[in-house]
This record gives sequence, C-alpha cells and structure tokens, in this order.
Amino acid sequence: MSIYAEGFKTCFKIGLFTLGGGYAMIPIMQHEIVEKHKWLSEEDFIDIISLSQALPGIFAVNMSIYVGHKLKGLLGAILFALGMILPSFTIILLIALCFHNYSQWHWLEAIFKGIRPAVVALIAVPCVKMWKTANIKLTTIWVPVLTAVLIWLVGISPVWIIVAVVAGTFLYGFVSKLDDEKEDKL
Amino acid sequence: MIFIELFYTFFLIGLFGFGGGYGMLSMIQGEVVNNHHWLTTQEFTDVIAISQMTPGPIGVNAATFAGYRAVVNAGYSPMMGSLGSALATFAEVLPQFLLMIIIMKVLMKYWHHPVKNMIFSALRPTIVGLIAAATLLLMTPENFGSPMVTPWQFWVSVFLFASTFIGTFYFKINPIRMICMCGIAGFLLYY
Repeated sequence: MSIYAEGFKTCFKIGLFTLGGGYAMIPIMQHEIVEKHKWLSEEDFIDIISLSQALPGIFAVNMSIYVGHKLKGLLGAILFALGMILPSFTIILLIALCFHNYSQWHWLEAIFKGIRPAVVALIAVPCVKMWKTANIKLTTIWVPVLTAVLIWLVGISPVWIIVAVVAGTFLYGFVSKLDDEKEDKL
Repeated sequence: MIFIELFYTFFLIGLFGFGGGYGMLSMIQGEVVNNHHWLTTQEFTDVIAISQMTPGPIGVNAATFAGYRAVVNAGYSPMMGSLGSALATFAEVLPQFLLMIIIMKVLMKYWHHPVKNMIFSALRPTIVGLIAAATLLLMTPENFGSPMVTPWQFWVSVFLFASTFIGTFYFKINPIRMICMCGIAGFLLYY
C-alpha cells in the first residue's frame, strides 16, 4: 500500500474511533503514528503536541497536517487531514439530515431535556481544570474574569478578544524589548 | 449570500480558535448563535451533546452541523445544506492548514522567540475566560427551565448539572456514560 493510502487509512481510523475529541485523541494518535507506523519519533510527537496547541484550529487536524506534510509534502498533508475529518463529517451530516424537527418527537425531546444541563456541566469541568494549568494568580485573575464578562454580559465576540490579546501582547513585547535595548546602550 | 457569510464566519473561527475543542466552542457559539442566529441556544447545546457522543474532533462536528442548519434555515434544500456543511468545515480547517504549512516551511526558526512565548502565556488565562463565558451563556431558561414558570424542570436540571459536574470532576466518570445516564433520567422524568 502506498504511504498516501496508508496515511489516509490511519487518520480515518483515528477520526472514527476517538470519542471526546482533542486530548482524548492523543494516546490513540501516539499508538498509531509513533509506535505502529514510526512516522514520528517520541520527541517529535511531544514537540508537535505543543506546536498544535499553540496554533489555532482543531488539534487532531493540525497533527495530521504535520505528519502528512513531513512524509509526503502538500498532497500528503491534504490526504492525511481529509482522512481525519471525513468520519466525523459524514456521521454528523447524516444526523443533521435525519434529525429534522426532532422537537416534535416527544420522547427524544425528553431525553435531550435531561442531557442539556449535563452538557453545560461538561464544559464547566475543563474550565476549572484549565484554571490550574493556566497558572492563574491574584495578579492575573482579572484576565479570565474580564474576558468572561465581556463575552457574557457585553456580548463581544470571542474572536475580537483573541485578536486584542495577541495584538496587545505583541506590541507590549515589542516595546519592552526596545526599552531593554535602550537600557543596554546606557 | 449565506454561503459567503458561512465561509467568512468559519474562516474567522478557524483562524482565531485557540485553546482546543472547548475554546473553539465558545468561538462558534459567539458567531453562530449570538451573532448570526443560525442555531438557537438549545440547538447549539444539542450539537455539543451529539459531538460528545459521536467520534471525531468537536470543532469538525460543530462546523458540519451549523453549516447544514444555517443553509436549511435560510430556505434551501437539504442537498444545499450538505454543501453548506462541507463549505463550513473546509473554511474552518483552511486557516490552520495554511498556517501549519507556512510554519513548517518558514517560521520554525522564530519558534523560540520570547514574544511568541509571551503571547501564548497571555492567551492561556484568556481561554479560561472564554470557556467560562461559554458555560454562562448556556445557562439559559431554554436549557435549564425557569424557577418561576417550570420549577420541576429547573430543579431537575440543577440536580443533573451538579451530579454531572461532581461525577466527572471528582469521580472521573466517563462523560459519555454521564450523558447517557442524564438522557435516561430525562426520559423517565419528562416523558
């Protein structure tokens, strides 16, 4: 089997069998990509996790683009990414096509009425967990609080908050670096 | 034109969707529910529930579903809706594809630049705020019922919310199992 077909198949498998998305996919990707096919070394794999996390977009897709591009260039990147996306795309499209006007199916609506509060709790949990990993202290606590208030009460889109943070930090980093250089000269 | 709007919106979501699945969800919520009204809060919550129960990345699931509904709600056929799905998903993945290729070809040498590290340490607490906002925005009467109008649904919802939070956070119960149990509870209590 060519490496294109092999890569597409592997990514398709990862996309098809990982529930929960994101970080839940890491151990399966590690098994397939590092241990089984040896497309990446263990160190490469860890570097790529941090690179994928630092970049915007879907983590698993970033991973497949990296591996595909490393092995076979642009075409590899396209095929690997396609393999990763296709299973969930197909499943969700089928659900969207079939589940039309489901609010009229009373038993299904009853089930979803029970599920909705659970979903909200499932989003609250990573928020609490990330609170620890983001290393939030008394001096930085205003950042998440202000962000939440601006989105929740003021109605600002998260897109613009991310843009503001990136642009603001970039400018700040640039200016403080200029200051350092001035001090070095004095 | 709905297709151009879809493409532009999901391109933005893909370009600024930092922080993985949940960070991205708040982005999608902001644009798809609050800004464009393609989905109601209720439908959006259902998409997340379905995403939790089906395989694959949440970002892909949400784009596929929202793309379909946006086009069908605008009065087009399910066929065109499928096209909307494909377009939204493509638009969402395109920015990261281009960025990844550019970074692998050119930007790798700036990877350890201090300003880059500064930006990402500033982004981390912001993402926490983003997810907190997503949680708060989902706590609506549509999802929880209201204590005045539908007290039964409201208190059942509060109980299910609390048990899911405690169950997955402290007892490490699998989220899918938790969703199934709450679905069964909903069926027994409401039907």
